[in-house]
Amino acid sequence: MLSRVAENIYWMARYIERAENTARLIMVNTNLLLDLPKGLQPGWQPIIEILGTEEYFLQHYEEFNERSVLKFLIADPQSPSSILHSLRLARENARTIRDIIPREAWEQVNDLYLMAKGNATSGYSKKGRYDYLKHIVLGAQTITGLLAGTMLHDVGYDFLRMGRNLERAEMTTRIIDVRSANLLEEHEGLTPFENIQWMSVLKSLTAYQMYRRNIQVRVRRKDVLKFLLKDKKFPRSFFHTLLEVKSCLQNLPRNEASIALLNEVGKKVLRADQAILQQDELHRFIDELQVGLAELNQSITQTYFQ
Amino acid sequence: MTIRWGSYKVKGFYDELIRVTGKPRPAALALCQYLRDLSDQEIEEYKSASEMAISVMGITFTVYSEEEGSIDRAWPFDIIPRIIPKSEWTQVETGLKQRVRALNCFIDDIYHDQNIVKAGLFPAGLLENSVNFRKQCIGIDPPGGIWAHICGSDLVRDKDGVIYVLEDNLRVPSGVSYMLENRQVMKRVFPDLFENQNILPVDDYPSKLYDMLAALSPRETERPEIVVLTPGIYNSAYFEHAYLAQQMGAELVEGGDLLVEKDNCVYMRTVDGLSRVDVIYRRIDDLFLDPEVFHPDSYLGVPGLIRAWKAGNVALANAPGAGVADDKVVYAFVPEFIRYYLDEEPLVGNVPTYKCVDKKDKDYVLEHIGELVVKPANESGGYGMLIGPHATAKEREQFKKLIRKDPRNYIAQPMLTLSTAPTLVNNRAEPRHLDLRPFILSSPNDVYVTTGGLTRVALRKGSIVVNSSQGGGSKDTWIVDDEGS
Repeated sequence: MLSRVAENIYWMARYIERAENTARLIMVNTNLLLDLPKGLQPGWQPIIEILGTEEYFLQHYEEFNERSVLKFLIADPQSPSSILHSLRLARENARTIRDIIPREAWEQVNDLYLMAKGNATSGYSKKGRYDYLKHIVLGAQTITGLLAGTMLHDVGYDFLRMGRNLERAEMTTRIIDVRSANLLEEHEGLTPFENIQWMSVLKSLTAYQMYRRNIQVRVRRKDVLKFLLKDKKFPRSFFHTLLEVKSCLQNLPRNEASIALLNEVGKKVLRADQAILQQDELHRFIDELQVGLAELNQSITQTYFQ
Repeated sequence: MTIRWGSYKVKGFYDELIRVTGKPRPAALALCQYLRDLSDQEIEEYKSASEMAISVMGITFTVYSEEEGSIDRAWPFDIIPRIIPKSEWTQVETGLKQRVRALNCFIDDIYHDQNIVKAGLFPAGLLENSVNFRKQCIGIDPPGGIWAHICGSDLVRDKDGVIYVLEDNLRVPSGVSYMLENRQVMKRVFPDLFENQNILPVDDYPSKLYDMLAALSPRETERPEIVVLTPGIYNSAYFEHAYLAQQMGAELVEGGDLLVEKDNCVYMRTVDGLSRVDVIYRRIDDLFLDPEVFHPDSYLGVPGLIRAWKAGNVALANAPGAGVADDKVVYAFVPEFIRYYLDEEPLVGNVPTYKCVDKKDKDYVLEHIGELVVKPANESGGYGMLIGPHATAKEREQFKKLIRKDPRNYIAQPMLTLSTAPTLVNNRAEPRHLDLRPFILSSPNDVYVTTGGLTRVALRKGSIVVNSSQGGGSKDTWIVDDEGS
């Protein structure tokens, strides 16, 4: 397989995943804001922080009000983290590999972009938002399903899965980092709200139901973090995404350096008990994981795309 | 009944299907009867079925129309096919093979001893002025002395019924995917017509193309690595590049996918590492192929490609420099090439052409400039042309001056009346002018001509401009076996 083609598949998958994750974030934050008491509301700024685009946002907008943030997150053509931007790049990547991916999948990628673009304004409004975002999430899931069900499961498919899982891992770390730092100062008497906030962290990753099934006890910081970082079976847990990437790498030639890097990150996350408890420690720890992901991405890029 | 051949007027033209009003040519009889019996509603149905088939098969082309600039398949398709009897086509086919053999002899000669110049049959000065002559190619020996592996020659038929070659495209001729696609559409829409007649198939082209390319491989391997080199998705012919690559099972590559190593071999970057490439079907113009040799700022090509080609480590189709034989003045000499290199008489002629480099011809052109079309050698796209009958007296005088000043740079041809074929206009059949582009494949051991080719039709009434960018469309082309049945 041509390196360029593999790279396009990899990035197509990353961008589709990114669009889906962004949609989930917006959905959950919208819900959270409705539940929290006035005055305690964290507003929309943390979402911009999660996506790491604060500086960029402030160059173009005055303040973190709902409408500006939503425009920025959904349709701003200048914004590198908007849903439309991700879908457009996913489509650009898909377009050059149309002979590799099944036609239905290409059509779905194209459709999703056109839908997202055509209806963007309904995403800003409180009323239309839920339907709009649900459509994005479902559209992305449809693409994933179409590819799983119709694409040749050869090395191309391995690059697809690696792209998707690395993007997921990245988003999981970001959500944990920002949510735990900004939302969860431990106040006396705020327990019910703390509970809600941790629930929102789980929901950002569609993890709430699975967490309940798996852990059962009430929603607590320690258990939530353990579940999101170390669970082997939950598809969006950090460790699970690593296992997925590893199983792809094992099908590829010249994988030694990348697998070694991946094992390092894996060991780190499994040893993480202490770090999880302390806020300062957690932030440093998440940083390390993110550096590990960046190195892994770099190694894959160098080995296979250059 | 909506198509009435009794009111279809062919006076003054040669019509491909209708001999005289109301009387179809023998090979078109069955089709014309079939069309005559269609109701308005049926025609509508067939039209939308064909549009449907196009949009399904070519979906790649119809969805893109937004910010990136349009690369739609904005090329209308007419459902009435153009028919040529097999007995006539066989002669044309033989003539095209002869022509392309002579062209390849000429190109090889020009980059070696230039015997034809020494023999006084081709003026050396023409080469100096030729924009497609590549001095970097002098002395190179491509396999079998073949330079133009894929040639698209445009054929026209004048009102007397004679078929002429209007021009040869020897660089990166395109359109063959439309020929293949048009047939697919017709078979889906009119299956019964194909059942009842002997229409020769066209779809062996991709495998013939593959065989020809494989025959050029510098390595003796069972499966040589063949790639199609495209400028990328923004090129207007990208669809064709992807289509042919897919049909041949070849990789579709861009310049950045290839590199030339110290061993002067070409490799492509794959996830398994570098992989050697044997044959490149390049759809990039000469000047963008290799920044080391041509445009230094081109990023479409591959640095070192010409080095690898010269060393014989990779085959390029078409060979760089092959375009030297498709300039308009060189065209005028092709009949001479056929006589000189093959010692044969041309079987398919040129449009009669006056070469102003000859004194006799020049005097004729100056005298009859009001009846002729005058073309300069090194301009394309109709730029710098004089259409005598439509020009003002002042323009004619101006061109006379130009010709006197630099006679070598000009040729002149009489105005042709292109043949017509019935074309659907508001559900009625009306005559529209057309041409035909067959594709000729040359390998060291074989020459192949497509069965028919791509028929392009000028959809505007009276127009003779068949280009897709200027109101042209296309038709399926049927070679009908009139002997077997």
